[in-house]
Amino acid sequence: MKLDSKTPSGPIEQRWTKHKFDLKLVNPANKRKYRVLVVGTGLAGSSAAASLAELGYQVDAFCFQDSPRRAHSIAAQGGINAAKNYRNDGDSVFRLFYDTVKGGEWRARESNVYRLAEVSVNIIDQCVAQGVPFAREYGGLLDNRSFGGAQVSRTFYAQGQTGQQLLIGAYQALSRQVGLGAVKLHARHEMLELVVIDGRARGIITRDLVTGKIESHVADAVVLASGGYGNVFYLSTNAKGCNVTATYRAYRKGAGFGNPCYTQIHPTCIPVSGDYQSKLTLMSESLRNDGRVWVPKAKGDARAPAQIPDAERDYILERKYPSYGNLAPRDVSSRAAKEACDAGKGVGPGGRGVYLDFADAIKRLGPNKIGERYGNLFSMYQTITGDSPYEKPMRIYPAVHYTMGGLWVDYNLESTIPGLFVIGEANFSDHGANRLGASALMQGLADGYFVLPYTLGNYLATAKAPKVDESHPEFKKAADESTAKLKKLLGIKGKRTVDSFHRELGLLMWEKCGMARNAKGLNELIQQIPALREEFWKNLNVPGSDGNLNLALEKAGRVADFMEFAELMARDALDRDESCGGHFREEHQDEEGECVRNDDKYMNVSVWEYAGDGQAPKKNVEPLSFEYVHPAKRSYK
Amino acid sequence: MNLKLHVWRQSGPNDAGAMKEYVAKNVNPHMSFLEMLDVVNEELQSKGEEAIAFDHDCREGICGMCSMVINGLPHGGHRGVTTCQLHMRHFNDGDEIWIEPWRAKAFPVIKDLVVDRSAFDRIIQKGGFVSVNTGGAPDANALPIPKKEADQAFEAAACIGCGACVAACKNGSAMLFVGAKASHLGHTPQGDVERFDRARAMTMQMDAEGFGTCSNLSQCEAVCPKTISVKVIAELNRDLLKAQFKGK
Repeated sequence: MKLDSKTPSGPIEQRWTKHKFDLKLVNPANKRKYRVLVVGTGLAGSSAAASLAELGYQVDAFCFQDSPRRAHSIAAQGGINAAKNYRNDGDSVFRLFYDTVKGGEWRARESNVYRLAEVSVNIIDQCVAQGVPFAREYGGLLDNRSFGGAQVSRTFYAQGQTGQQLLIGAYQALSRQVGLGAVKLHARHEMLELVVIDGRARGIITRDLVTGKIESHVADAVVLASGGYGNVFYLSTNAKGCNVTATYRAYRKGAGFGNPCYTQIHPTCIPVSGDYQSKLTLMSESLRNDGRVWVPKAKGDARAPAQIPDAERDYILERKYPSYGNLAPRDVSSRAAKEACDAGKGVGPGGRGVYLDFADAIKRLGPNKIGERYGNLFSMYQTITGDSPYEKPMRIYPAVHYTMGGLWVDYNLESTIPGLFVIGEANFSDHGANRLGASALMQGLADGYFVLPYTLGNYLATAKAPKVDESHPEFKKAADESTAKLKKLLGIKGKRTVDSFHRELGLLMWEKCGMARNAKGLNELIQQIPALREEFWKNLNVPGSDGNLNLALEKAGRVADFMEFAELMARDALDRDESCGGHFREEHQDEEGECVRNDDKYMNVSVWEYAGDGQAPKKNVEPLSFEYVHPAKRSYK
Repeated sequence: MNLKLHVWRQSGPNDAGAMKEYVAKNVNPHMSFLEMLDVVNEELQSKGEEAIAFDHDCREGICGMCSMVINGLPHGGHRGVTTCQLHMRHFNDGDEIWIEPWRAKAFPVIKDLVVDRSAFDRIIQKGGFVSVNTGGAPDANALPIPKKEADQAFEAAACIGCGACVAACKNGSAMLFVGAKASHLGHTPQGDVERFDRARAMTMQMDAEGFGTCSNLSQCEAVCPKTISVKVIAELNRDLLKAQFKGK
């Protein structure tokens, strides 16, 4: 596998400008001759599909939900970063770039991260032009708040539903193009296979989830914007439908998978309440602007929080990280919570929880001001738990939230399969080993609005691939394979439901490849996953048929891919024998429990190459170098 | 607690469909309504029966996918929550619960509790946007927007497009949904430019999709999980009236 990052040279602040000029263009009359498929309609997919259609390409957009507006970007709460420096607090493109590289523990490509910071300012302009109702101050200008891992306020927000507002903006732009006939929308369609012809991505196979029909879609380029794989853990903050199928199928067809072990555990989620639990609910990081994280100093202190005097509380983040305090980055904060609970100081049933307390902020600012900032999050918490955060501190615990790993892409966002582009959370991305809060929305929209529309044109202008159609044997083969797989799943007629397998896999992953990992556990995991997978294919029971809406069958197909992908993740976690960001190997920590990296050996991207069923995947390496942000110990003390 | 469920089962769009009885055993009060159904479905499937089909995704009240009429009220009738946010602590041991899909001409049933809401997408495609292409937007702070206006835009933009308003309306009207989009964009200067064309285009599409007219009974506001006010309907009507005078 050849890994050419195609990173431009020269001063970092000029690279993207120079690169854009060097990219070949497609003239407007020719654009309409090209068809592009966009899989997924979250922030990345919707913004890309709309922007490409505006340029004149024929676009087909696919989502498994009933409407593009349902994609899980909708659930992002806190905000979106941009280096506008509207607060006059010392922000700049370079500072956002610096914070992101440091936040990711020097495991992302400098040129990409700089470009992300550079276009961040355009995103806010674009969204406002679309009518996105960001929070404003009384003077009519945009408001900002702070997020973890930064000492400036650069986060734009719309109460606790920034994701919804940004996605509606992108969805409206997409809908406009659908109305104009420039985008063909395929809702309730799931991609089952990528079709590669003569080494290039030339289309996909989908299933119409309502009629069960298997369809072939031919194109000149394919864009995957299918999100992350956090649901490999079963319980996560992801929506129930989020899955790895699109990216994993592409991996099997030759796309390199970058850093699958990098997963983000978000520190502030509502704790698990029982074994029937179907998902975990995030409480936005923005709450840490005013909320203080604490546990009782004494082990097993069962008093009500209000009965515990200040002197007997341990404000863990403020104590451990005085300069960032409660706004320490996510990986660091999650580990601090786990450490406190492991030491027996956790609160609530099972002792897996810490307090997030607003009492001081309410005293300082009054309940109205706090309600204005976090009203909908507080009521969401109360709806789920029955407790009011105005009266009692929230109880929170870390949960799987985001995956930094994904399909490897070059500077043009093109995977190792020519013509296959990957954007948003689906690619291995600009976040390195840990993503900072409010940067996922930024990256999704940066890729879709401002990067892909340039780089995809260059591919189409230079590829000059011959025309193909659905009758090509590769399409027929892929469609037949997809049908056969569905029939196989339906034909097992065993005893266990899909969910029971998914839960078991998730629990294994959480225990051995979750917040803390070690070689012994990972080695066991690599034995256990294939055994579970074997049972899955022998003892699964999927009632119903493949000729209509069958939710169990959809789920079975997704879990089948998770069963394979989980092993790849475990192998990567075992192979990366260091701790960095979200990847915490217990063998590599200092006396205070902080990550110890091994830059000599692992300052690189691990890119996994599919080698066939039953074969260990092959590891390729893209070395990383840092000219501007010099690697150092990542400290938030 | 144990519950008796009456659930609408319909194998496909052309099937007549009927209520069917199920028992939900050992329901934990902390479960969400959908988690309670998950447990029922696990049991059905382990007996080789097909699960009750229902739409759901984010399970935190924001994607707008879940859509059930519970005891006659969309999302169960608790103020400001979607079905996925409805918890079983609101029910008692021995309760009987009737569960049905959204009922409206413009939302045909696909299967069991799953309906086709693509009519909403087609309404937005007709005008629920600002006609601005990517690139070339002026600086975000170039145009101040009074906080009050921005807040009103936000309140309307909180609509998640679930369709509860339509399901609650005796006419199956989509006026709250359409009004919310008109109000969201109408309260921003960027959206103001096309407000009359937008109001007309979206309303015409709404009629074409078979949604009914508004009788001002406000049932839509009562069940809206985002508590969107019927004042957005008044705003839409005002825009429609003005559009006529302006010859749009």
